Amino acid sequence: MNSDKITKIVLFSVSFIILFIAGGMVFSLVGGAIPSFKTFGLGFITSSQWDPTEGKESYGALPFIAGTLITSFAALIISFPLSFATSLFLGEYYRNTRVAKVLGTMVDLLAGIPSIVYGLWGFYVLRPFLIDIGFENQGFGVFTSSLVLAIMIIPYATSLSNEIISMVPNDLKEAAYSLGSTRYEVIMHVTVPAARSGIFAGYILSFGRALGETMAVTMLIGNANIIPDSLFSTGNTMASVIANQFGEADGLKLSALISIGLLLFVITGIVNGIGKLIIKKMN
Amino acid sequence: MQSISTKDNISVRIKKDRIFLGLVVLLSVVTVSPIVLIIFKLIAKGYKQLSFGFLVEKMPDTMQAMTAVTNNELIPGGIANAILGTLLMVVLASVIAIPVGIISGVYLYENQGKWMANLTRSVSDILQGVPSIVLGLISYIWVVKHVTHGFSALAGSVSLAIMMLPMIVRSTEETLKMIPQTLKEAGLALGIPYWRVLFGILIPTGFSGLMTGILLAVSRVIGETAPLMLTALGSSVINANIAKPTSAIPLVIWEFYNDPNMVDLIWSSSLLLMIMVLAFNLTAKQIAASRK
Repeated sequence: MNSDKITKIVLFSVSFIILFIAGGMVFSLVGGAIPSFKTFGLGFITSSQWDPTEGKESYGALPFIAGTLITSFAALIISFPLSFATSLFLGEYYRNTRVAKVLGTMVDLLAGIPSIVYGLWGFYVLRPFLIDIGFENQGFGVFTSSLVLAIMIIPYATSLSNEIISMVPNDLKEAAYSLGSTRYEVIMHVTVPAARSGIFAGYILSFGRALGETMAVTMLIGNANIIPDSLFSTGNTMASVIANQFGEADGLKLSALISIGLLLFVITGIVNGIGKLIIKKMN
Repeated sequence: MQSISTKDNISVRIKKDRIFLGLVVLLSVVTVSPIVLIIFKLIAKGYKQLSFGFLVEKMPDTMQAMTAVTNNELIPGGIANAILGTLLMVVLASVIAIPVGIISGVYLYENQGKWMANLTRSVSDILQGVPSIVLGLISYIWVVKHVTHGFSALAGSVSLAIMMLPMIVRSTEETLKMIPQTLKEAGLALGIPYWRVLFGILIPTGFSGLMTGILLAVSRVIGETAPLMLTALGSSVINANIAKPTSAIPLVIWEFYNDPNMVDLIWSSSLLLMIMVLAFNLTAKQIAASRK
């Protein structure tokens, strides 16, 4: 066998590790989830009982699924005007200027702040502030978590939208200008429609990010195993319940937490898949 | 395309245009304000505690911390156990992820358009989207349960390595794509063996690009807390054994946060963590910028 062939085989087998990890991940999560799904069946997803008392253990993930979707969706809505404005600032109004470079770096750094630091900031700065201005009584719960989540996901939506917005061909915009449009009209009637699907994909991907965020949410949501009934209610998300309850878990409870991990894996996989598909279609 | 309303006269339209620009600028400033607020808060509350001793001394226990707080003194000791734990786990994760990531990136680059490469690329993208806490669960099942039979630095490193891997794969492939084909062809035409063309010509040419990807990946995992809670657990002593529970900076922040006596230490620890993250992040940006 010559060295070229060996090289090719080495490249192939090393990259196979990626497939192996992903396959093993699905295998292990499903394997770990089997005991709880066997015991509770589909009830695991539809029940909102979470009772670790020995002898009458009962686990249902509905409050956490609901908590995850509600906080992430609220975060998406809060982040929308902010990241939309920022991507117009970076990709349209001040494209290729020094101020855009500085602002862009700062947005990137937002993505670099560790989740636990966001949690501390939310707990010691944002929470007292929300209470002071009379917006919240307790400061814990869905709204505070969503607000911090929104800040955390802004960079993901912004970077993609900004890239797509700055790629809209100049001819299109110039045509509208030549017809007497103002810049606002050009943005709303030419730039945004042309970049629509890219902007949309950016929001889907940032939603996917929000679904799996753990530490900041764990510190702010109040950790109550209930389905949140309002924006100011406390709750728990899939990621936060794993972080909170993992320490004392074995047996059926461990399996229930792994099942929640599996559900989280599947849900984020679907959401990210949709986002990637839209991007692929655009190219 | 929608028709633009012509009912408004020109001065109203110009006014709208101005207001919109004002809104965009205002909201953009609001967007980036948290980064400034957070960094200032960390500096304001954390700088006092951040001394040389903080870097080299072991963690105080909760009684020592309580005595110091009641006497209105700075809490003694440092977080050397956490700093060394973070270094140990990040280095170990890099040792696992960097070679696999770079070789896989080369494989994807060399097999553009083939179905196996496309599959690997898609799976790598999926891995990148997996929440870090799920990676913690996986490493718990694989390493804690079956390899080290207990919480360990190795388990923490494996979860961090799986997180770094897709980022390195992607940045390697993107970097190689920007290198002119002629370079590779010239190497092959000279009769240089294939592996030396790849690892003696392509990789060195793209070195700064690969470095950028690696540094960004490190800056991303260095602040990870959730997967380490499930795998490395934490430890109050300095530990160099990869099969034993180990602390990390984000883990001690979590401990301090939950211990009323030690809570003053969260700011200095977070400041230190933030400095490390920013250092990696900005170095990566600098390298990327100097390439252009």
